[in-house]
Amino acid sequence: MYVAVKGGEAAIANAHALLADRRRGDRSVPALRLDQIVEQLALGVDRVMSEGSLYDRELAALAIVQARGDMIEAIFLVRAYRTTLPRFGYTRAIDTGAMLVERRVSATYKDLPGGQLLGPTFDYTHRLLDPELAAGGDVAEPLQRASETEAMPRVSAILAREGLIEPDGDMPQDHVPGDITREPLEFPMARDIRLQALSRGDEGFLLALGYSTQRGYARNHPFVGEVRIGEVELELDMPELPFAVPLGTARVTECQMVNQFKGSAKAPPQFTRGYGLVFGQSERKAMAMALCDRALRATEFGEDVVAAAQDEEFVISHSDNVQATGFVEHLKLPHYVDFQAELDLVRRMRAEHDARENGGKMEEKREAAE
Amino acid sequence: MDIATQAIEGGFVDPVFDAQTVFRAVMDAMARPGTLQPLPVFARPPAPLSTTAGAIALALCDNDTPLWLDLVLQAPAAIKSWLGFHTGAPLANTPADAHFALIATPAEMMALDGFSQGTQDYPDRSTTLILQVSDLVSGAPLLLEGPGIETTATIAPAQMPRHFVEQWKQNNQRFPRGVDIILATPEGVACLPRTTRIKTMEA
Amino acid sequence: MTARPADIATYNFAYLDEQTKRMIRRAILKGIAIPGYQVPFASREMPMPYGWGTGGVQVTASIIGPEDVLKVIDQGADDTTNAVSIRAFFKKVANVAVTTETAKATIIQTRHRIPEHPLTAGQVLVYQVPIPEPLRFLEPRETETRKMHALEEYGLMHVKLYEDIARHGRIATTYAYPVKVEGRYVMDPSPTPKFDNPKMHRSPALQLFGAGREKRIYALPPFTDVVSLDFEDHPFEVQTFDQPCALCAAENVYLDEVILDDHGGHMFVCSDTDHCEKRREQGHRGHLAPETPPALEKTEPAQ
Repeated sequence: MYVAVKGGEAAIANAHALLADRRRGDRSVPALRLDQIVEQLALGVDRVMSEGSLYDRELAALAIVQARGDMIEAIFLVRAYRTTLPRFGYTRAIDTGAMLVERRVSATYKDLPGGQLLGPTFDYTHRLLDPELAAGGDVAEPLQRASETEAMPRVSAILAREGLIEPDGDMPQDHVPGDITREPLEFPMARDIRLQALSRGDEGFLLALGYSTQRGYARNHPFVGEVRIGEVELELDMPELPFAVPLGTARVTECQMVNQFKGSAKAPPQFTRGYGLVFGQSERKAMAMALCDRALRATEFGEDVVAAAQDEEFVISHSDNVQATGFVEHLKLPHYVDFQAELDLVRRMRAEHDARENGGKMEEKREAAE
Repeated sequence: MDIATQAIEGGFVDPVFDAQTVFRAVMDAMARPGTLQPLPVFARPPAPLSTTAGAIALALCDNDTPLWLDLVLQAPAAIKSWLGFHTGAPLANTPADAHFALIATPAEMMALDGFSQGTQDYPDRSTTLILQVSDLVSGAPLLLEGPGIETTATIAPAQMPRHFVEQWKQNNQRFPRGVDIILATPEGVACLPRTTRIKTMEA
Repeated sequence: MTARPADIATYNFAYLDEQTKRMIRRAILKGIAIPGYQVPFASREMPMPYGWGTGGVQVTASIIGPEDVLKVIDQGADDTTNAVSIRAFFKKVANVAVTTETAKATIIQTRHRIPEHPLTAGQVLVYQVPIPEPLRFLEPRETETRKMHALEEYGLMHVKLYEDIARHGRIATTYAYPVKVEGRYVMDPSPTPKFDNPKMHRSPALQLFGAGREKRIYALPPFTDVVSLDFEDHPFEVQTFDQPCALCAAENVYLDEVILDDHGGHMFVCSDTDHCEKRREQGHRGHLAPETPPALEKTEPAQ
């Protein structure tokens, strides 16, 4: 006698209760507050804002704690929330040239107007675990000087003065910037759309692809023209008002990669560019994005598409970690109906195969007997 | 009533549920061409935009869907401001840019092939025509067949475009490109998707 | 800064905002007007993962109203965890009546099966679709497959099926078996077993397909010709089972194999749990059925 298992609803509720318990952990340990996460796991918060495409530190922190520190799960939580928000409008394009810069380094010049600014970087830390951190000791106040009065032009502008680098990408006059969260993707895509997809793409995926271009899979001779991190102003045009309304500031990381290009029949020899821009502080992501952006412009420059990083459909279709994790993990859902169909087919084919084999053996025996 | 008041009044009383009801009627009509899906009055747009056509526009249009209005609907400023206020839909520059077209006098309308037909790659990028007709019984009878129709269906919409049967045949021949038609009557909606074929009625 | 549960957003009826619903509704209308053609739509992130029915959920959320009665099945069963989870989602965000009875539902959202009980006019069957492009496994590029559909160039699919025959002596596709719609578009029926393909042909119900991750919606209006691809010398055929359901003795239904022990003991039972329960209520008994038919709450009204 067989009784089918019931009670899916109760099982799910119990699983959720257990999850909540494990999330909280040992009750004698104080619960994390969101401000602790915002302040002390700031780069994790930045990644969730960037790939979640929602600039809200507190919500990102909530997502991180709710996801037990699983970053892709946290990104997913933020995305599922942002998608329900009404769209009031689109800000003016931000001007990263006018950024209030906290860090700015260029690999292409020893010094340049505005100077090199190391800022809060891991770059020259010795990666030695610091037991004092574990003890929660006091941290000295940093030294900070008054903000720069000298303008800090972007390296691309410096090279542009000599005409040695391609200009900022142009879009046709009447081009309305796309919005990948509002329109289905269509291939081949315009660069504005592609950059949006890269900006919310998975850091690890873009890192690996960018790395692959350095190792010869579509090498594009990159120099970090500049990486800058800081606050930019956001402004919104309102139809009723003659001026743009300031909405506040956002911290972003921008990477301008300078890449070699020999020139073509149409273009004189000049440098080309790869561009990366992400919410918050993430140089790794911005740099990987810039490498991928440049690689994806292969067709534009008449380069042969020979590597994964140059293949727009491949890169963009697989860069979104929320999509990727969902589809990979969906394999654990029941598939027994389809499996049954395959099982039935394999059994039948196996039976036919065995019959043929046995038939063949009998044939051999008969021949041997004759 | 001044235009500003006219623009603001007459929208959905309950936007979420009214839109759902209107959409379901249109969906059922599109899925079962030739059937009349009844609709109560949900919207009171300025004349001559009809209550049914107005409700369909409220349910389906927004700032992503350029709208085309026929001459009769273009004339009164109140209609443009009513549609603008309630849907946010921009007016299309040409019929070929329109996602939806509202037609108050189908008998005088331009040819069907003047609207967007979609492309072979993206046949969905075509104009959906919303035609105001007084009823589905007093015009020339049309015998319909195709997907959504078990055998045949007959409707006789009033005030249909000139040479409609011939125009529709050409619309069929463009498949998968082509326009779809929503007929808005005072009682409800009926649809003619591009797959519906009109068989010539034997005398 | 402190947590502020009171500020957490409230969600709209059926979760989606109205603008998103309008966008999806427009795509559904186009899908119905061009049967079998995959309409691109700006699929949203949903509160469940991509690949877990987000396409079906978005379609259902866009059509559902307070008068609807919803049934959700996965693998033919109402009680599989993901079906339970999606049903609970709609109970929560749309407060609609839910049922396990196929005949009583106005909307049935499904993954991998079509119910055994014949669908009727006025019902809507919403499929969850993982990969909507039937040509995808033959040609991974969207730019290429779009061209093939535009030009009605389906030779590649026939080549694939014919290679099956050459290699295995039969068409070795058992689920997601491609169909041709109204003689025009080749369509993926979603990963239902090919056993269910004939049920799509000229069904009185409206069939809607939602692929969330791949951002496509397509549709079959009622009474639409849906023909499984085949060859004259290798006509399309469905699976048959050698034995009836062990619980309700039904024949000509799709069966699941249930492993009973680790000595090779197994039995075959209806994959459609509602169909099986209905038959047992009517007194049908298979050879492994318990004495009394199960008594279950089948419909829950809206609260």
